[in-house]
Amino acid sequence: MKYLGIAPARPKIGVFDFTGCEGCELQLANKEETLGPFLDAIDIVNFREVTTAQGDDYDIALIDGCISRGDEIERLKKIRQNAKVLVAVGSCASFGGVNRMKNVLDLAEANTEVYGKEFKETLYTRSIKEAVKVDLEIPGCPVSKAEVERIVQHLVWNVAFQFPNYPVCLECKQRFSTCRMEMGELCLGSITRGGCNAPCPAGGLGCWGCRGPAPAPNYKEFLALAERKGMDMQLLAERLNFFGGFEGVLK
Amino acid sequence: MLFKILYKDDFRTLIETAMKSVEVVAPKKVGSNARGKPIHHYLPVTSFEEIDLSYETTEYSAKTYFIPYLENLANYRFGDEDWEKEIQYRFEPRMILGLHACDISGLLRLDKVLIHDKFPSPYYIARRKNTLIVGIDHEPCEGGFCHALGTNVVSHGFDLFLTDLGDRYFTAIDSDRGYILLNKVLTHDVKEKDTKDYLDARRRISDAYTTHVNVHNLPNLLDIEFESDVWKKWGAKCLSCGSCAQVCPTCYCYGVSERVSMDWASGAKVKQLYSCNLVDFAQVAGGHNFRPEATTRLKYRYYHQHRGFVEIYDEPKCVGCNRCGRTCLAGINPPDIIGELQAEVRK
Ligand code: SF4
Ligand code: SF4
Ligand code: SF4
Ligand code: SF4
Ligand code: SF4
Repeated sequence: MKYLGIAPARPKIGVFDFTGCEGCELQLANKEETLGPFLDAIDIVNFREVTTAQGDDYDIALIDGCISRGDEIERLKKIRQNAKVLVAVGSCASFGGVNRMKNVLDLAEANTEVYGKEFKETLYTRSIKEAVKVDLEIPGCPVSKAEVERIVQHLVWNVAFQFPNYPVCLECKQRFSTCRMEMGELCLGSITRGGCNAPCPAGGLGCWGCRGPAPAPNYKEFLALAERKGMDMQLLAERLNFFGGFEGVLK
Repeated sequence: MLFKILYKDDFRTLIETAMKSVEVVAPKKVGSNARGKPIHHYLPVTSFEEIDLSYETTEYSAKTYFIPYLENLANYRFGDEDWEKEIQYRFEPRMILGLHACDISGLLRLDKVLIHDKFPSPYYIARRKNTLIVGIDHEPCEGGFCHALGTNVVSHGFDLFLTDLGDRYFTAIDSDRGYILLNKVLTHDVKEKDTKDYLDARRRISDAYTTHVNVHNLPNLLDIEFESDVWKKWGAKCLSCGSCAQVCPTCYCYGVSERVSMDWASGAKVKQLYSCNLVDFAQVAGGHNFRPEATTRLKYRYYHQHRGFVEIYDEPKCVGCNRCGRTCLAGINPPDIIGELQAEVRK
């Protein structure tokens, strides 16, 4: 199928998993109504959730998960050498994700807590860009498949993709949700990057900030207004630390 | 203006008759906020019981029934060597029941921009022409300052406008189709007592305003106070979230993007409403941003409302509903900002 008279290139893509729940990879294989055309538009040479192929000949590497072991760094470096474009997929890859919660604990203690006697050597959680150069980050826990599709289209066209520069509130308002903060519930939407179409407030749950910070977030006022509105500040601290995107916001 | 008396039973029959042939949108309670105040939205209703005409205000304005947040301006189908474009201006007729005077004033502002100015919007015109408006008088809402802007009464821009006189409505008729609609039920001529009750009702409403905003000489004041600390104070609070412009009945700014289907066979040109408070509102090709600071963006929002619009259309764009003030998490609201600017000159 041609698009505007030109047959689109089919970029060779490899998908690789590191530390994470693999939910983002599942998302890539999700949205059945367009899954066929999505897989037709690209040439998957390595993706253990959809194919047995394990090639190293890819232009674009999609990285799911974060770094939490030394051997992962070595594997990631090889992928970086092979790939022309390296994309961090999801909040774990972009800023550590839920795994980052471990970084405030003592490493040995955290290991014992999780593995008990089967102690495993692990590192403090790192995002992908803390280990290798990253060309693009797609935040979200999990990523939105609709957004991934648009990004893949831009990779095919070789046109820069522009993420929305607004916080979650804009899309939240645009689907007529009643503001959770107005209902007296905590919501991180006003400091979190939009583009997810605000499913959480629409479903009756404040935003947890899974997409990380919006451009130019106003933390000072956000913290002040949360306090003024009588929000539970302990809960606020937990939310800000949940997905790892707001590290350092609370001193 | 033609006036008639419409008893409430007949009004109910009128609305129930209308529901059989057109979509009726009306204020409906959707929940309560943290302070226990009811929250209303304008929503399609299918029974008279769902309608709550005693509502104070709505979280969202009714503008999205005329300029939707998201709208396909054009749809495309791509063939191998060619493509087709389809544009849709036909909209199903609809009745919006229960609009307050400020919101009808808001539509009149939008009319000026989207019908009567240099670039009329066929999408807006089609929806406006196909929407029957039945307005209603009401007690002032919390924080509303429509009386300061003269938008608390309307003499046009609707089909019917109701004032509650207890068992009956004093009904103003402003269009042929309003007249025809009203003829479907029993109405009565206005008697002296009706006129007296109507004027009393209007006076009660007019005396009930508690929010006072001094808009005297505001366009010039804004020019004089361009560097005021008032902007710095409120600008530092702004989260650049754009919620104010989304709920505002008269904000119409938008962006356009193209969406292509994953099989490359079709596409759409999508319009999305935007806000001048958002970070990249004044960012141009090449990346330069003319308004990188939240303070500047907030200031220009007020300048468009109360100065720029006045220069072009002879009245402020703002109709004083205070929806922006109510929705703003940071508490940024026109009565406080305008009040502080006025106080600034007195210092
Ligand atoms: S619910 Fe959250 S995202 Fe939605 S408008 Fe309120 S603060 Fe913003
Ligand atoms: S609303 Fe917040 S938590 Fe929910 S998907 Fe969007 S960014 Fe993530
Ligand atoms: S004024 Fe309030 S609602 Fe408007 S963008 Fe700023 S913080 Fe958001
Ligand atoms: S600027 Fe605020 S008060 Fe004025 S019309 Fe818009 S939402 Fe209402
Ligand atoms: S410039 Fe701002 S205030 Fe004016 S219409 Fe656009 S969003 Fe509303």
